[in-house]
Amino acid sequence: MTKSMTRKLAAAGLGLIVGLTGMATAQAQSEEAQYLPSLVYRTGPYAPSGVGFADGFSDYVTLVNERDGGINGVPIELEECETAYSNDRGAECYERLKNRGDGDGATVMAPLSTGITYTLIPRTREDNIVLHTMGYGRADAAYGPVMDWVFMVPTTYWSSTTVTMQHIADQEGGWENLEGKTIVHAFHDSAYGREPLEVLRGYAEEYGFTLEEMAISPPGVEQRSVWTQIRRMQPDWISLFGWGVMNPTAIRTANSMGIDVSKIIGGIYAAQDDAVEPAGSAAEGYKAVTFHGPGSDYPVYDDLQEYVYDPGLAAGDGSQQGKIAYNRGLINAAYIIEAWRQAQQEFGEGEVMGREETKWAWNQLTITEERTEELGMKGLMPPVDVTCRDHEGGGLALIQQWNGESWEQVTDFMEPDMERVFPLYRESALEYAESEGVEVKECD
Amino acid sequence: MAFFIEVLVGGLLAGLMYSLVALGFVLIFKASGIFNFAQAAMVLFAAMFIAGMSGEWGVPLWLAIPITIVLMIGVAWVVERVVLRPLVNQEPIVMFMSTIGIFFCLIGIAEIFWGSSSRTLDVGIPRDPIFVGNMLFQTYDLVAGGIAVVLVLLLAAFAQWTRMGRVLRAVADDHQAAQAVGIRLSTVWVVVWSIAGFVAVVAGVVWGGNLGVQPVMVDVAFKALPVLLLGGLTSIPGAIVAGLIIGGGEALAEVYLGPIIGGGIQDWFAYMIAMAFMVYRPEGMFGEKIIERI
Repeated sequence: MTKSMTRKLAAAGLGLIVGLTGMATAQAQSEEAQYLPSLVYRTGPYAPSGVGFADGFSDYVTLVNERDGGINGVPIELEECETAYSNDRGAECYERLKNRGDGDGATVMAPLSTGITYTLIPRTREDNIVLHTMGYGRADAAYGPVMDWVFMVPTTYWSSTTVTMQHIADQEGGWENLEGKTIVHAFHDSAYGREPLEVLRGYAEEYGFTLEEMAISPPGVEQRSVWTQIRRMQPDWISLFGWGVMNPTAIRTANSMGIDVSKIIGGIYAAQDDAVEPAGSAAEGYKAVTFHGPGSDYPVYDDLQEYVYDPGLAAGDGSQQGKIAYNRGLINAAYIIEAWRQAQQEFGEGEVMGREETKWAWNQLTITEERTEELGMKGLMPPVDVTCRDHEGGGLALIQQWNGESWEQVTDFMEPDMERVFPLYRESALEYAESEGVEVKECD
Repeated sequence: MAFFIEVLVGGLLAGLMYSLVALGFVLIFKASGIFNFAQAAMVLFAAMFIAGMSGEWGVPLWLAIPITIVLMIGVAWVVERVVLRPLVNQEPIVMFMSTIGIFFCLIGIAEIFWGSSSRTLDVGIPRDPIFVGNMLFQTYDLVAGGIAVVLVLLLAAFAQWTRMGRVLRAVADDHQAAQAVGIRLSTVWVVVWSIAGFVAVVAGVVWGGNLGVQPVMVDVAFKALPVLLLGGLTSIPGAIVAGLIIGGGEALAEVYLGPIIGGGIQDWFAYMIAMAFMVYRPEGMFGEKIIERI
């Protein structure tokens, strides 16, 4: 009797344990999350650019989780890793995070640094992880048949340079009026700063203006001699491709030498608030090209207020909201989440997407203007149309101007000169494919 | 010719700003034999507190600057107590490594208080250009250069005519002899780190006013290093003269040599000048000649 009772109790106990374990497993399955690693630089010399982006990226993920319960019920698990904008730390973050999370682990990485991008291109290829480099990294990755795992959405240095040139031509009253003019390209003396040179040289040859190439030694804390030379050239327009402290120092030095800063047009990474704020009143009138709307006058900010800021879930102290870097963080997260949403439509709603599914989604990512409106981001986020061949998705960009206190949009989103840049992408990408032994994909 | 003079004068004035940072290195090395890697972080630390207090708390600059000087004296005291005192009689490389630790701690503490965002620091120095014929000079540069010269004169007067100045010189000449006559090394270290802190405040105000205050300000140290190599680690006038040579030399090289070899040469060319000189005089232009018994 005692033995039988003991057996019954043991069986009941075992059943209880099995039942509870099963419930726990079911619970865990229903709470599987889409893992999203976030490589950020909140510290180090370039932190003024990195903090806003990291806050915007995180706040958008929080918004989708809080407002929508994730992507069709799949919550997004965000994990930050601090790179301090250093290549070795970026690589270490990648290796540490790539297999975390549910399902396949990391399926997409946004390294937020051209240097880290170059480090990660071969690694992500091997691991079949999508690399999203929004306006930075290798411009030739926009040629999809070679780097089918790298995406430049929504633009590249080269495309955005054609938008800058279009603006200059518009201001001069037409391309034909560029003949005899002088355009200076003042640049961070690195691969990044040299990125648009090929495009600019092509324009100079075609339209007969003089292109002066002025390298500035990084970090660029002292630029007097460079700008003394530029002043002597009496340029009609100046393209500025600086980074970090180089940008405000360039603007301030140019202004102090009597150069009209409204004739300076910064590149994508000379378009942030940290390029103009330290320069004070000297930056008033300075222009820059960018790939998103400035400010916070978009419906998505109302949702952020309700679901993220008011409940105290914001990533930062609130000082970055509406700034350029913050908006870039928002739209970067939005592109990634929209890609997963489209992957779910194809492979199963409410499921965690793996690496293959995510890559498929990026290779056909389409976000129409109507969809940006549904997201509350019309005007903030450019529509994109990615294909197997075109990994840039359109390359829309606009020109903004600093009025002394905030950025004002001075043009609508403009189409880049794809006929000019796409052959350059293809040529450069095919060279890369040959040197690295990458198989070139066939696209329909 | 006018263009040559404009470039040269601009370079000389930039060189005086490098000297401002180099002075802090010289002061500490002279008195303690420690190459203070943290000097650039002290410049950033001071600038962030001044900009933070005036920008976020509304403290007027005339008050924020003296508060920061007092803060730097506090930093000097803590450094002596917590870092230097336990390391007395250790190898110089150990002391040097400890200053690398101080470098990162100071940046971290400043960022905890004020964050990493860039800030404007308007110290009221005019920025209007001055034209002399066709040549353009910057008012800000002229004022900053004047500040550097006045600072050197003040430091020289302090070393020459005050009791503490004589103590510092005695310690610089011979640590052990100074201790034998009753000079307390710990006090001297606090004083000299405080003076270096004061120099960092001045450099922070001048550089912060020019660049804006942001973490990348620590990179100005890389502009001060060739000045130190050329001027010698133990000479205050050497820092000024070397600053002028480096500033003028790199500016002329950038303009006249840069276009021939591709531009963007100004930073590494400064090191070339310094290293070329060191081949003939390893201790620098004004550094003390190193004589060791075998």
